[in-house]
Amino acid sequence: MSIRHGLLALLERGPRYGSQLRTEFESRTGSTWPLNVGQVYTTLSRLERDGLVAQDGEDDQGHALYSISDAGRTELRAWFETPVDRTNPPRDELAIKLAMAVGAPGVDIRAVIQAQRHHTVKAMQDYTRLKAQSLGQAPANRDEVAWLLVVEQLIFQAEAEARWLDHCESRLIRLAEAAATEPEPGPPPGAAARTAGRSRTRR
Amino acid sequence: MSLHVPSPAAPPLTVDAPVLELRSLTRTHGTGIAEVHALRGISLSVYAGELVAVMGPSGSGKSTLLTLAGGLDTASGGQVIIEGQDISTLGRKGLAALRRRSVGYVFQDYNLIPALTAAENIALPRELDGVSVRKARKEARAALEEMNLLEIADRFPDEMSGGQQQRVAIARALVGDRRLVLADEPTGALDSETGEAVLALLRNRCDQGAAGVMVTHEPRYAAWADRVVFLRDGSIVDQTLTAGADSLLAAGGAE
Repeated sequence: MSIRHGLLALLERGPRYGSQLRTEFESRTGSTWPLNVGQVYTTLSRLERDGLVAQDGEDDQGHALYSISDAGRTELRAWFETPVDRTNPPRDELAIKLAMAVGAPGVDIRAVIQAQRHHTVKAMQDYTRLKAQSLGQAPANRDEVAWLLVVEQLIFQAEAEARWLDHCESRLIRLAEAAATEPEPGPPPGAAARTAGRSRTRR
Repeated sequence: MSLHVPSPAAPPLTVDAPVLELRSLTRTHGTGIAEVHALRGISLSVYAGELVAVMGPSGSGKSTLLTLAGGLDTASGGQVIIEGQDISTLGRKGLAALRRRSVGYVFQDYNLIPALTAAENIALPRELDGVSVRKARKEARAALEEMNLLEIADRFPDEMSGGQQQRVAIARALVGDRRLVLADEPTGALDSETGEAVLALLRNRCDQGAAGVMVTHEPRYAAWADRVVFLRDGSIVDQTLTAGADSLLAAGGAE
């Protein structure tokens, strides 16, 4: 839904044509999530079908312009006012991978964690260079400020992942240490009772 | 998702000798059954212009590495070479002189002298090194000016924010010709934005030719480094490299 609402947000600033919307969406988000023009026009026609935008003549160069309708403005306001839903999180490949790695034969889970940590920290180094470059030029307009927020979101998200990996590792170490200091487990309780029963019978 | 990530700065100089070189460094505490291996053969080279972050869980040897690198503690084995000099061959006085001349420390709790102003704090190590008071203070003000901190030159530490104190500590660490800065959790006590300003400054000093080693447990700050070294149980288990640094590795510049 973010493309749909993203386009509505851009149209609220005045009528625009398709490829202009694409360019503006990408400069806001630093091309983090590139759009193709086809996606833009498909989205525009759905928005038009739903009465949220309307075709609004042409500019001097013959580009078909779209503008936001009152219903579109209401929809946009509702989007800004409604939190993004986190109650139904998308599948996370890394969480699934670690869950499967616990106790998997032949898998060194600490090596899995370190390989991911390496990759995540490396990505953070890349994002941080992007951010330093952006800060070095002092964000001058709203597109640059918006892009800075997006790149910082990437950094914070990667940081959360790196911290979670640290946590997983220390938890696994603690559990392994606890397991090592526990006395040798005896036979399961049922088995013990059965054995005891048998020996009593023998006696 | 597709990002046009800028290439990292050119890899550190491959012709110059490293500013700091650790060779098979070990540190053992206690003996017999109580023996603890804090470091188990660390080899690491840090070049001018490079900032290296050291990460690892508590007890992995991060702080030991830093104290040995700065000659604050003595290794059980291996060598610490600072600007070409094996510090184990220097006497106590020689080591103190090398530390004053070549090494700057940045600590989590800033360690500024409360009775001295920002400029005096920065000037002090230079004065101890025999530079005239006048010249040392002039250098200190120049360092503060370069870091846009001249307005706090005459403030005492208790009149500065944590972020300002830490920036003064970085200026102090790198005043004069000192090219090696060792930072132990330099952002530990700072809020996110101030911590970042401190990191940006450290990054900037390294871009201007200093070599830096920073111990941190914060991935967000480690990400400002050219290279992130991961320690575990006293050994380097992994490190991220900047593009182009592989040639350095091939040349045996780092472990």
